[in-house]
Amino acid sequence: MGHLETRYEYGGDEFIFVQLSEAMSLEANFKGMAITRQLKGRELEGILDICPSNASYMVRFDPDVLSPDLLMKELQQIEHAVEELDDIVITSRLVDVPVYFEDPWTHEALMRFRDRHQAPDSTDLEYSAKINGYSSKEAFIEAMTSAPFLVSMIGFVPGLPWCFQMVRREKQIEVPKYVRPRTYTPERAFGFGGAFSVIYPVQGAGGYQLFGIAPAPIYQKEQTLADFQDSIVFPKQGDIFRYRSITRDEYDQVRAQVEDGSFVYHKKEISFTPSEVLADPEAFAEMALGRLYHD
Amino acid sequence: MISVIKPGLQTTVQDKGRIGFYEIGMPPSGAMDKYAFTVANLLVGNHPNAAVLEITYLGPVLQFGKRMRISLAGGQIPPRINGQPVPMWTTLEVREGDELSFDFVQLGARVYLAVEGGIDVPLVMNSRSTYTLIGIGGYEGRALAAGDRLQLADMHEKEVAVGTQIDPRLIPAYSRSHEIRVVMGLCSYRLTDESKQTFLNTEWTVTPEANRTGYRHRGERLQFVEREQPFGAGSNPSNVTDLGYPIGSIQVPDGVEPIVLLHDAVTGGGYATIATVISADLDRMAQIKTNEKVRFVPVTLADALEARREVQARLSQVASAI
Repeated sequence: MGHLETRYEYGGDEFIFVQLSEAMSLEANFKGMAITRQLKGRELEGILDICPSNASYMVRFDPDVLSPDLLMKELQQIEHAVEELDDIVITSRLVDVPVYFEDPWTHEALMRFRDRHQAPDSTDLEYSAKINGYSSKEAFIEAMTSAPFLVSMIGFVPGLPWCFQMVRREKQIEVPKYVRPRTYTPERAFGFGGAFSVIYPVQGAGGYQLFGIAPAPIYQKEQTLADFQDSIVFPKQGDIFRYRSITRDEYDQVRAQVEDGSFVYHKKEISFTPSEVLADPEAFAEMALGRLYHD
Repeated sequence: MISVIKPGLQTTVQDKGRIGFYEIGMPPSGAMDKYAFTVANLLVGNHPNAAVLEITYLGPVLQFGKRMRISLAGGQIPPRINGQPVPMWTTLEVREGDELSFDFVQLGARVYLAVEGGIDVPLVMNSRSTYTLIGIGGYEGRALAAGDRLQLADMHEKEVAVGTQIDPRLIPAYSRSHEIRVVMGLCSYRLTDESKQTFLNTEWTVTPEANRTGYRHRGERLQFVEREQPFGAGSNPSNVTDLGYPIGSIQVPDGVEPIVLLHDAVTGGGYATIATVISADLDRMAQIKTNEKVRFVPVTLADALEARREVQARLSQVASAI
């Protein structure tokens, strides 16, 4: 993991921001994950928040308790230690995330805002398939659902997962955001912007291309579902999501389970090393999906 | 109990905030002006994290259900009890049936009402602070509305005599033009050198988009260094690969209208951040209104820490005098 260029910056007197790479990559994300997990393990007094993000991370601290200089040295030292730990093991969850593509609700939303889109005469899915070189919407959906995504960052609003597909760079999907953001996006909409897919936790504004909707919540403030007992948000950085294309029937079934409180995400625990993913993402994806559905 | 007769423009329950959940996208919320918040609690003898009402621009009308001590600290939104003017930064006593109302805002933007014992609302993730975006904390996750009834908590720690005032020298001076100190950095390397200077030399005007999430400023257009955008960063030169936004950080989407993120901030996104408001001046940001003028003044981290210590020293002086 040696060829990324790191920048350390103070964000006022309570934050340190560390940019590991300007470009997004699995490598940069894994490095941030390794550093922030090490830092968490050290349980330093005076640290208030540790926020891993896509190709950077951020720490909020109380400078009355922990000197900014000392923390800065600690972070640099951890970065150094992680460089030597190429086989660091990451433990996380593999999760089956059903998505109903081309659903009536996001369709209604995207049609309302065609005047803010690059291609007013096609849908977001048709446009995105085309600019990524896919011959059909179906082939594009197949590409998004055949390899899993790494939850590379949580934020913007509570629970929103930025997800980055675990495929080689040349197979990464990339789409622009809307020319001007929408003022409305349905709750649980599945969107794509830049190199990231997201699920919108709550209804609100948004600028990502809209492809579908997830029947299961990723945010539940009432905490009645089993997956939300410990936290009002479901995704965790480092999770591996497999988006699975579902029919309207299955969508309705999952909604009914969510309503009656019986819904539980299908998931498995997984341990992996960044090196094995980076060495052969396809083999890793195949192994991960095998483990999720057949083990 | 306290009854809400009129809610005011935006009156919310706030304490120190919901700390430690930034990584799941949860901003801290909490009182925007921590200095005024802390003094208000001190003047009624409350625990330092007792919940208060944060009153913005246009004050509410409130009726008290029993005798209790209260205090008001922050921007000049002159208070009245039963129509009679009463002083701010002072321990007051109200009786059952008394009505608190406010004149139009003069200087500053937010005033804090502390009541003996604090406001009692359920703790959500260790805090009583309201976060309206997703509707959690505070009074049913929202700003107060007419007809709401607030219960009192049991966070009273010390008797403070009615009429206790703080030293006038410890009352902040509010004004209509503001120098806000920032530490430059984060992704400021993305701005051209000329635009860095423009950012610091411009007298910015606060737009109507100025609330607990952030303050947007109008002034000059800023330019980013031309480059081929890195993979994942998005196509606009002001875009970066989505990253975390510190509280107080400043971003300039498309080079137009710098936004200072505050306590209900979005926690991350894809715009380059160029500077961060120092913690001591977040309190001062909270007292700025739409159409007022702001200059950003660069300071070092050492200056920021010194300013922080000065605020703490002033608060110790207040505490020791009460």
